[in-house]
Amino acid sequence: MHDTAHAVHGAPTSFIRKHVFSLDHKVIGKQYYALALVAALVGMFLSWIMRIHLGWGNFAIPGLHLLSKTGAPSNVMTPEYYLQLLTMHGTIMVFFVLTTAPFAAFGNFFLPIQVGAEDMPFPHFNMMSFWVTFVAFLVLVASFFVENGPTLGGWTQYAPLSAIGAVGGPGQGMGVVLWASSIAIFCVGQLLGSLNFITTTLDMRTKGMSLMRLPLSAWAWFITSIMGLTAFAVLMPACILLILDHVAGTSFFVASNLVINDQVLPHTGGSTLLWQHLFWFFGHPEVYIAIVPGMGIVSHVLITNMRKPMLSHRVLIYSMGALAVLSYMVYGHHMFVSGMNPFSSLAFSFPTLVITIPSTIVVLMWLGSLYGSKLRINSASLFALGFISMFISGGVSGFFLAQPSIDIMLHATYFVVGHFHLVMGVAAMFGIFAGTYFWFPKMTGRMMNESLGRLHFWMSFVGAYCIFMPFHYLGIAGNVRRYQAFTDDYLIPLIPVHKFITIAALFTGFAQLIFLYNLIHSLFWGKPAPNDNPWEGTSLEWSTATPPPHNNFGDKLPVVYHDPYQYSVDGASSDHVMQTSPEDLKNAPDEK
Amino acid sequence: MAKLFAVTIIVIAIASAIPIVMHMWPMPQDISVHGHLIDEQYNDTMWEAGISFLASQFLLGFFIWKFSSPAPGAKVKNFPGGAAGLVIAAFLLVGTECLALGVFGVKAWASVYFTPPSANALPIQVQAGQFAFYFRYPGPDGKFGPLHPEQISQANANFFGLDTTHDQDSKDDIVAAEMAIPVNREIHLLMHAEDVGHSFYVPELRVQQDFVPGLDVSVHFTATKIGKYEIVCTQLCGLGHYNMKAYLEVMSQEDYDNWLKQQAALQ
Repeated sequence: MHDTAHAVHGAPTSFIRKHVFSLDHKVIGKQYYALALVAALVGMFLSWIMRIHLGWGNFAIPGLHLLSKTGAPSNVMTPEYYLQLLTMHGTIMVFFVLTTAPFAAFGNFFLPIQVGAEDMPFPHFNMMSFWVTFVAFLVLVASFFVENGPTLGGWTQYAPLSAIGAVGGPGQGMGVVLWASSIAIFCVGQLLGSLNFITTTLDMRTKGMSLMRLPLSAWAWFITSIMGLTAFAVLMPACILLILDHVAGTSFFVASNLVINDQVLPHTGGSTLLWQHLFWFFGHPEVYIAIVPGMGIVSHVLITNMRKPMLSHRVLIYSMGALAVLSYMVYGHHMFVSGMNPFSSLAFSFPTLVITIPSTIVVLMWLGSLYGSKLRINSASLFALGFISMFISGGVSGFFLAQPSIDIMLHATYFVVGHFHLVMGVAAMFGIFAGTYFWFPKMTGRMMNESLGRLHFWMSFVGAYCIFMPFHYLGIAGNVRRYQAFTDDYLIPLIPVHKFITIAALFTGFAQLIFLYNLIHSLFWGKPAPNDNPWEGTSLEWSTATPPPHNNFGDKLPVVYHDPYQYSVDGASSDHVMQTSPEDLKNAPDEK
Repeated sequence: MAKLFAVTIIVIAIASAIPIVMHMWPMPQDISVHGHLIDEQYNDTMWEAGISFLASQFLLGFFIWKFSSPAPGAKVKNFPGGAAGLVIAAFLLVGTECLALGVFGVKAWASVYFTPPSANALPIQVQAGQFAFYFRYPGPDGKFGPLHPEQISQANANFFGLDTTHDQDSKDDIVAAEMAIPVNREIHLLMHAEDVGHSFYVPELRVQQDFVPGLDVSVHFTATKIGKYEIVCTQLCGLGHYNMKAYLEVMSQEDYDNWLKQQAALQ
């Protein structure tokens, strides 16, 4: 901890160093946000055309052939093109939106400010982490434009389909190499970012900022960065091995004697299940990498709007920590019917069931804190409350999938798709929206349009339920996922449900265009923020200028006197006491 | 706005439960001996998850309704019992729930995976390749001949790579594109992947198992109801994945014997 500001790097003067290759964590945070926004729009557009195809398979989508002549001749997509778009949708959303926005974007902008630092300790690594991520995105998108298009193997890229090359199908050659390269590069960015986040939290806290005085959002980013450091460190070598199977003639993931088109493949001795173990060792923590920052952001937003702290700051932190630890012990629940030893399924099932305990505690802390609050309703708090509703809905379906016996029925069905879209997709997106409406004034100096924000919320909340609840019903009826058309006798009666979902998806997607309009319009023409603390918050981001200066706090770093959330303290001069206020709070329960 | 939101949450929660309660899109009928264990486990979980879902959403809606328009000058209140009470409740309630589901769930899982097939189970080999299933019956000698991957030929309809010239055990093997089994007879299904990962899923049989390229795995089950059912692939295997299917015909023993004879004549 340190108490005087020392310039880690001077304020840039050139346009390039100020807005492009910036070392400033705030600019890097905005760059991450912009990248996530572009990625989210691409991912959503892909989901639209996939949904239209699932509802009305022969419907010609005007202009689709411009995206791919071979993939969508006459504007109707081919079976392989559907899978290619599905793969890109999943990859873009999981990596470049759900990991990038809540963690890298908001975390970059606000973690150093919330700990009271002038920047992150390794600004060059920080700049590199964004640009590396940007390159990873370009490499992934480039696969749209190579011969045979992107890979069709799904975002999980199960071997050996992903490892045998072009004989596996369209996009399984160069498409997979680009996919694996993109993800490996992405991992580098995340590793650099995680390193910065961890060091910022541990070493850059200002005077008086004990760990327990960190806001819950900062705790969430800290816990996420520890997960990121271990999870991406496993995914990166896995992707490198996958690339080697393509370009170096190795057989890490391909067994002997596999036959395609009557030809025995030259690979020998690899392991099919090795990829799944490596992938899910990353993949399950990734679920929490996507959602834990949302938990922190939502808690932070809610507390400000409830005018009271969480029932217990510590319990929430310990629960998020427990989720992080357990997330490494449950990954095998993705593999119950994979052919791994059935005894291991039980070993993975038990911690998966146990992980519902910290999840339940988090939900109970939110609900218990709502009790007796003075809740303010605005776009940010609506999305935060919506997050809780979505997290509950997506969480309870986890009870089913945690059990190997029930998984026999529900594995690889739309039940799983409904589960993870609600709990890590929609909930995480709601966390991003809550953070956006809440922090937009601090990031830009302008307010977002509140009416449009509420309209965005209502359409998204109702729309998301209309999409993802029916997914569960389809799954229970045995509707297999990753099918581009439903030709099986028992699936044909379910097609009307798919049509309903498609209409709901288009409706919900339209709401996101309202958000986009609001975001861009407010950025340039929004009402100026009335002051530095429009929501009457208490943490450090509200005690500095709007937007914050280059070194965050001016000449002198703040000194912290209180826990992060001193709201409605008996005998205090105001209903909120800033962390930097030296006011003596006799009645505040101090948890430091 | 807050009250409308509170009502919306509760309406959505109730509306979400209706299709489950009304069995609007139920699980396919169970035609297996072990399936009822899975179904019971599923039903128990549905009760527990359903109650948790409705209670949490109702509470969320109720609190939003009640605490969003405080009287002027109202003070914030703490939840009775504080955090400790809720943490203890979570450990006790959810912990018991987890323990119960975990312990009772073992029975259903064990019935499929921890019990070896009986000695008189009928062995059938299934091979999955892009994008078709093929089935092999051992013939009168009860033995499967070895596989020769290099001899696989779609053109010659040698889907498994059998060498019927040299391998004595292969000579009477019966290969078919559909799966026929006798009712109430245990089947020992030996699963072999030709190329990439696939899966064998028959919802009515309550069986789903992935094929693992390079590693032959097996499952066993007994069908209890005569009829025709679909076998579908649930592991993304390439562009034709959605259309990779075969039929399972559960027959009387007599019909099965006749079917086997017909198939033998076609080899």
